[in-house]
Amino acid sequence: MTFFEIAFYFFSAVLVIAATMVVTIRNPVKSALFLVLAFFSAACVWITLEAEFLAIVLVLVYVGAVMVLFLFVVMMLDIDLAEMRAGFTRYLPIGGIIAALLVAEIALVMHQSFLPADYLNPTPQGVEYSNTRELGEQIYTHYVYAFEIAAFILLVAIIAAIALTMRRRPNNKYINPGEQVKVKREDRLRIVKMPSDKPIDLSPVESPSSNEETS
Amino acid sequence: MIPLSQYLILAALIFAIGVVGIFLNRKNLIILLMSIELLLLAVNINFVAFSHYLSDTAGQIFVFFILTVAAAEAAIGLAILIVLFRSRSTINVEELDSLKG
Repeated sequence: MTFFEIAFYFFSAVLVIAATMVVTIRNPVKSALFLVLAFFSAACVWITLEAEFLAIVLVLVYVGAVMVLFLFVVMMLDIDLAEMRAGFTRYLPIGGIIAALLVAEIALVMHQSFLPADYLNPTPQGVEYSNTRELGEQIYTHYVYAFEIAAFILLVAIIAAIALTMRRRPNNKYINPGEQVKVKREDRLRIVKMPSDKPIDLSPVESPSSNEETS
Repeated sequence: MIPLSQYLILAALIFAIGVVGIFLNRKNLIILLMSIELLLLAVNINFVAFSHYLSDTAGQIFVFFILTVAAAEAAIGLAILIVLFRSRSTINVEELDSLKG
């Protein structure tokens, strides 16, 4: 068994165990953290497939952004965990049967080796090969329209998420910037005429306690 | 060298676990969203494995776009979840029956 195979089987085992824990564990916070572990292991499996750029993107985008978002939402919501678990054991047999059927069917098909033999032994890329460069050349030439559409989808997602969750509270202190810019001097400033030649009395006021001490 | 079928069976396992997660946690909307992420991850493993064994980068580029769409989907899904929790103060799927579906 080579180091390569040991790495693949180790990360696959961690990935399967973490995914199982995601769907079976009781606490949603722990579930989200196990999903982080699953994404990390999947990134390692992708590195064994020479997809280095996507592995890094998976860690950065999924673990760094999406899972942190999940953790924020899980901790913001106050949910009754016991009620959520009702029916867990009731659906366990049928879920297990369907999962076993899925895996058995796919494994049956895969062992028939429907691909030609030379596909099953890909030549490893050399040291000078850059996966990121290759993907970049493809994305910015052949797939540039798809790339722009993807950017637009992200923009729509930003606007939708903000528009959905933004709310106006009736009693919060809100400044209208338009009115603030339009304001004239007469609206804010009031000039009061005062006589300037009246003398100001500067003599100190005598307190009753000091009067007692002197007398 | 690891044959392609090993990667495909791994992806099938992850996909099956995601499906079971949808069955088991059919009341908790957050775990449902996480199960959908697992399903997408399984599909992405398939894409990357085929891309490597067929020496064609188109599969990896497709995974790139799937990741983009999945991130947008997660953001909007969680935003809807928060709005739902504010108005109904529950995320139990069985209590969300206003549409009589």
